[in-house]
Amino acid sequence: MKTFNYHSTNDVKEATKLASSNSAFLAGGMTTIPSMKLGLASYKDIIDIKRIKKLSGIKVSGKSVIIGATTKHVEVANSKEIKKAIPSLAALAEGIGDPQVRNRGTIGGSIANNDPAADYPSACIALNATIHTSSRKITADKFFAGMFETALKKGELIQSVEFQVPEKSCYQKYPNPASRYAIVGVYVAKHKNGVNVGVTGAKSCVYNEKNIASALSKSFSSSAIDNVKIPSSGMNSDIHASAEYRANMVKIFAKKAVDAC
Amino acid sequence: MKVFSEEGKTMKKITLEVNGKKVSKEVADHTVLSVFLREVLNLTGTHVGCDTSQCGACVVHADGKSIKSCTALAADLDGSKVTTIEGLVSNGKMHPMQEAFKKLHGLQCGFCTPGMVMSAIDLLKHKKNPSDKEIRDWLEGNICRCTGYQNIVAAVKEAATKM
Repeated sequence: MKTFNYHSTNDVKEATKLASSNSAFLAGGMTTIPSMKLGLASYKDIIDIKRIKKLSGIKVSGKSVIIGATTKHVEVANSKEIKKAIPSLAALAEGIGDPQVRNRGTIGGSIANNDPAADYPSACIALNATIHTSSRKITADKFFAGMFETALKKGELIQSVEFQVPEKSCYQKYPNPASRYAIVGVYVAKHKNGVNVGVTGAKSCVYNEKNIASALSKSFSSSAIDNVKIPSSGMNSDIHASAEYRANMVKIFAKKAVDAC
Repeated sequence: MKVFSEEGKTMKKITLEVNGKKVSKEVADHTVLSVFLREVLNLTGTHVGCDTSQCGACVVHADGKSIKSCTALAADLDGSKVTTIEGLVSNGKMHPMQEAFKKLHGLQCGFCTPGMVMSAIDLLKHKKNPSDKEIRDWLEGNICRCTGYQNIVAAVKEAATKM
């Protein structure tokens, strides 16, 4: 790993001030540190934000679940309040990586990285999330911009993620047997005003599968998806699964999710 | 290790409690905990396999939670309490988890064992009598290339009756 300057701060303003075009914020480090070791990324400055107290924690109200950026996956997985308000979100967190990754990895880190096969981005899409940053609010549909790309500007820090509590929801994924990243993951959420279907792992970036969503908005049952066609164009194809296979899995896992809602 | 001799490094003084003893050392900012334990403190029981947080050979406890020490910066853990495999022996006696691994042949080459043992102890803190499935699910971040896992699961079950 190439050398860098390590900074740790307990203040959001100071963290954003320290940021430059050659820096990265460090939360759990579950992706940042291996990426730096593998030479996929290098930075002059690493700004550790874990000691900023207000970035961690869970707030649940009737309509929303707000999770601080540095809240760890294990905290979301074990939160009684989240299990009650949005059980599928706690279940998603429980399925990320392994116990040691869940003990360190954070929600803010996961969505800032926007790995095409990460779990949390699909929850953001399905649950109409609003991402609160150091300077503004960004809705999930505008936040995830492309493969490993987000709407975040340099030095902009995620502070919390606000999820809308749905009427019903379920996340189903076909995990890679080694990494537990999603080969395909589908998060179905039924809200008062419609259905969202967040799909991860299938394309270069998480997306809302509108064909399935509109079929489910008319009739919320797995049979409503039977005649929906999911084209394989734009789907990822790799040693784990072909594009055609992934297209088929999107439908199958959407059905599974609806049945388990 | 060249991490201590690279040009342009910046150093930090960090203080940790490792296996009950306070240690204060100057380390380069990009030193990870596994390197700190092995190269600075000569605690070579913590093994480094993949070095990218997949294999679990480097699992230690930091402030009571199991973590992969290859993927945590030493500077980040300033002020923490760390327990490694070397910290499990008490009064010359092996920890019940180590005893169980020995008794039930939960290891062959032994490379993954320190991480397996540290991870399994963390499991028993959460679940006193885990099922086979719960043990397998919990140990999914620990890879063993020898045993086929059967005896590891048996060892964790045995340890659960002794802890």
